[in-house]
Amino acid sequence: MSKIRLLVGTKKGAFVLTSDGKRERWEVSGPHFAGWEIYHLKGSPVDPNRIYASQTSGWFGQKIQRSDDGGKTWEPVGDKFIYDGVPGTHKWYDGTQHPWEFKRVWHLEPSLTERDTVYAGAEDAALFRTVDGGQNWEELPGLRSAKGHLWQPGAGGMCLHTILQDPSNPGRMFVAISAAGTFRTDDAGKTWKPVNRGLKSQFELPDPDAEVGHCVHCIALHPSRPGTLFMQKHWDVMRSDDGGEAWHEVSGNLPTDFGFPIAVHAHEPETIYVVPIKSDSEHFPLDGKLGVYRSRTGGNEWEALTKGLPQKDCYVNVLRDAMAVDSLEPCGIYFGTTGGQVYGSSNAGDDWKAIVRDLPAVLSVEVQSLGGNGNA
Amino acid sequence: MKPVPIRVVLPAHLRTLSGAGMEITVPVAGPVTQRSILDALERQYPMLQGTLRDHVTQRRRPFVRFFACEEDYSHESPDTPLPEAVASGAEPFLIVGAIAGGSGLVERP
Repeated sequence: MSKIRLLVGTKKGAFVLTSDGKRERWEVSGPHFAGWEIYHLKGSPVDPNRIYASQTSGWFGQKIQRSDDGGKTWEPVGDKFIYDGVPGTHKWYDGTQHPWEFKRVWHLEPSLTERDTVYAGAEDAALFRTVDGGQNWEELPGLRSAKGHLWQPGAGGMCLHTILQDPSNPGRMFVAISAAGTFRTDDAGKTWKPVNRGLKSQFELPDPDAEVGHCVHCIALHPSRPGTLFMQKHWDVMRSDDGGEAWHEVSGNLPTDFGFPIAVHAHEPETIYVVPIKSDSEHFPLDGKLGVYRSRTGGNEWEALTKGLPQKDCYVNVLRDAMAVDSLEPCGIYFGTTGGQVYGSSNAGDDWKAIVRDLPAVLSVEVQSLGGNGNA
Repeated sequence: MKPVPIRVVLPAHLRTLSGAGMEITVPVAGPVTQRSILDALERQYPMLQGTLRDHVTQRRRPFVRFFACEEDYSHESPDTPLPEAVASGAEPFLIVGAIAGGSGLVERP
């Protein structure tokens, strides 16, 4: 019997939501780490009962927690995120140079193949890696050599928020940084290059040829087609079919192309999902109507999926790490809101139901599709 | 010098993290100062490393405050001797999260 486990990070703790494969009835456990901000939790694809969590506080700093029993119990592991060598400076809001300062971990990405290897995306933007299950972290400094002195924080801080591994090529990985852009390595993280050609940010970034400085909100790929990337930029939904070398817009008939998360259907590499948000100054759905939009054509042609979602007086946001898909058939899709709701659909988005309604503001949602013995 | 038990009051977030009660005692040998108390506290509860002082600089985190005997010692040198009432166990050393601060200052988009 298959089982689904949702890992939900919120402003005031972590929650673990579980259901059987029907995805109709859910059990909620938590809050874990009550009172702390849990930016992200994610399980290892190699050992799904091993879960890592980023626990952070503006007062007390960064902790990393690890569970080896599917989120029932946790232990703190290493949390020394120290930039390699002399950290140097990046561009500050006023255009001056500003020293690199570690603030928090936004995203944890366990290795596809190694149980003890995890990547961590940090603010100020940098990529760290552990190879001992989180006890020790080392920066992959080549990333900040990719014009790091020109990176500049966006409104939410200069964070590395997305880490994608190419399952067909162990040396290739993509990361996305606000507001620097997308970067790719082809040598397992030693060297990186910006891959932002085709992104246009007319008002925020007047130089149409700027290699860095783009406010990328989220990128996604389908494991069977890792050369194709989808992006929710600050404004614009974008697509690349050559590993990020060139991007083109696929916003098509979206009612607004501002938003944060983007996800790809588990079994259909050309089916993608976004949550349109009114604008960069009004972070809520258009006209108070919450809708996920789906394209079955890899972009351009979008349909609204609203059945079961609030269609009036809804003014929540859906953050960049707060949408995920399971790998059951039919594909399930889940997202959390800043209003504390987690919505789920067990039929690829056609119908939605609130799994929980009153959590703290949701920062992240990840899903694990488990076999009967706890394995993926 | 024989260690003496020093009373320490933790803020709620660090109680959650450490699993400790609101007030704990830690053994401190030698002069009773911020530094000697925090060193002893981190030895007893290693998960508190980095939560009060920066891992690298060992400076107090900006929104952490230290109080004793109704006085704010946050801006004192970490090696300044604390009052006798703390050293004798009559009064606790208070670790407090500042009213200001926290990441709520920056909305996470």
